[in-house]
Amino acid sequence: MITLDDVAKEYHRARVALSHVSFQVKRGEFVFLIGPSGSGKTTVLKLVYMEEKPTYGDVWVNGIHSSTAKGKEISQLRRKLGIVFQEFRLLEDRTAEQNVAFALEVTGAPKDTIPARVARVMNQVGLASKATQLPRQLSGGEQQRVAIARALVNEPYFILADEPTGNLDERATRGVFQLLTDINAGGTSVIMATHDLAMVRSTDFRTVELNHGRVVFDSAEKPPPETRYTPLIGQPAIGGPNEGNWPPPPPGELPK
Amino acid sequence: MLALREALNASRRAPLLSGLGVLTIGFSLFAFGLFALVALNIRQALRSVEERVEIRAFVADGTPSEAIATAMSDIGAFPEVAHVDFVTQEGALERARKDLGEFSDVFEEATLPASIDIHLRAGLRSPENVKAVADRIKSYQFVDDVRYGQEWVEKLYRLRGIATAAGMGLGLAFAAVAVIIIGATIRVSVLAREKEISIMRLVGATDSFVRAPFLIDGFIKGIIGGLLALLLTWIAYRLIDTRFLELVFFDSRLVLAGILAGALIGVAGSATSVWRHLRRI
Repeated sequence: MITLDDVAKEYHRARVALSHVSFQVKRGEFVFLIGPSGSGKTTVLKLVYMEEKPTYGDVWVNGIHSSTAKGKEISQLRRKLGIVFQEFRLLEDRTAEQNVAFALEVTGAPKDTIPARVARVMNQVGLASKATQLPRQLSGGEQQRVAIARALVNEPYFILADEPTGNLDERATRGVFQLLTDINAGGTSVIMATHDLAMVRSTDFRTVELNHGRVVFDSAEKPPPETRYTPLIGQPAIGGPNEGNWPPPPPGELPK
Repeated sequence: MLALREALNASRRAPLLSGLGVLTIGFSLFAFGLFALVALNIRQALRSVEERVEIRAFVADGTPSEAIATAMSDIGAFPEVAHVDFVTQEGALERARKDLGEFSDVFEEATLPASIDIHLRAGLRSPENVKAVADRIKSYQFVDDVRYGQEWVEKLYRLRGIATAAGMGLGLAFAAVAVIIIGATIRVSVLAREKEISIMRLVGATDSFVRAPFLIDGFIKGIIGGLLALLLTWIAYRLIDTRFLELVFFDSRLVLAGILAGALIGVAGSATSVWRHLRRI
C-alpha cells in the first residue's frame, strides 16, 4: 500500500512542487496520474520511490516511512518497486537481457537463478527473440519493453511508470500500455503518469489529476457537490474524437 | 567479486580514461616520490654527520693506565654510550697529521694529550644527552678538559628538526595534492558512469554496493600509479646517482610502504569523490 498524507514538497527559493496531496494506492490497483507539465506527477513518483523526501506530511510505502527510512531500507524497498521512465534508461553497451540481468546482479540475486528469471520476463514482455540485441538495434517500443522487463524481474509489488509512452508512436504506445495492463492483471499495482488523455479515457482505471501541485480530481473520491472544477479528464482532446462535445460531463464523471 | 568485476569492466569499457587516470596518479605520486627521495638522502647525510658526534676527554699527563682502564669501563657502561676508545699521545699526533695533512710539519715537535673518545648510541645524541655525558666525564680528576663541539651539535639538531618538519609538511602537501588529483580522476569516472549508477540505485543496489567498484578502482589505480611512480623515481635516482651525486634509494620496506601509500591515496581519493558525487546522482 502507498499512502501520501497531506504531503507538500518545496524546492529552493520556495518553489512549491506539491501541496496538501493525499491519496492511497492499494495493492492490485491501476492508477493514472495526469496533469499538465509541472503539475507534480514526477515529484509524486519520486516521493514514492524515495528519491525525494517530503517537506511536510507523510509518505508511506509498504510500511516504510520515507522521512525516517535509512539508505538500506530504501534500497530494499526499491527492489519491490519497478520504475520505468520515458527515456528508457538502458545501458547502451549491454544487450537487452544483460540490461535486465543487471537489476538482479546489483541486488545480489543468486547467480544461478539469473538466466531463468531473465528469460521469463523477456518472454513476458514478448522480446525473447531479441534478448541478445543491443538497445540501439531495438525500436523505441521494444526498448521500453526491455525497461519494463528490468522493472519486473525483481517481482515488484508496484510498477511506477513516468510517461512510459511519451517517446513512442501510437502502435508502440498501445503495446506498452497493454503490457502494463497485463502486468496489473497479474496482481502488480501500476501507477502511470501520462499526458495521453485518449489512453486514460479508453479505460475505467482510477485517475488522479494534479494541477499546480494539488490533487484536483480523484476518480476514486466522491467530488464535493459544490465543486466547480472541470477535470482535465472530462475535457475533449484537441483534435480528438470528442472535440466539440462541450460542456463536459459533471465533475468526477468519466466520459466514455 | 561482482564489485571487482565491475571495477575491471569499467576500465575495460573506458581504457583511455583509465589510462589517463593511472598516469595522473603515477605522476602525482612521482612528484611525491622525488620529494621522498630527496628527504631520505638529506636524512641519510645528516645521520652520517651525526655518527661523527663524539665526546673527547683529554687525559692529564702521568695518569696511571689502571685509572684510565677503570674509567673507560665505567663510561662504557653509561646507557647513552655506544663505545669508548683510548687514544694515546702518539695516536693523537698521528690522527692530527692525517686529518690536517697540509699542516703536518706543524706537528713535528708537538706533543698532544692522550684522550678517551666516547661515541654515543644512535638516538641518544641530542645536545642535552651529549652535555649530560660530558658533565659526568668532567668529574674524573684526571680529565683535564672535555670537548664535544656543543654549538655544532646544537646546530646539527636544529637542522635535523627543520628538515623533519619541512619533510612532514611538504610530504603531507604532496599527499594532499595526490588525493585531490586522484579524487578528480575518479570523479571523471563517476560522471562517465552516471547513468549506470542511477540505474543501480533505482533497481535497489545499496550505496555500499554502488561505492565498492569505485573504491576498488581507486585501489587498483593507486597501486598501478604507485608502481609507475616507483619506476620513474628509480630512473631519476639512477640518473642522478650515476652522473652527479651518490644517493641512496628506498629500501624494500619503504618501497612497499610507497605502493601501499599509493593504494591508500587511491582509496581515499575515490571515497571522497564517490561520497560527494553519489549524493547528486
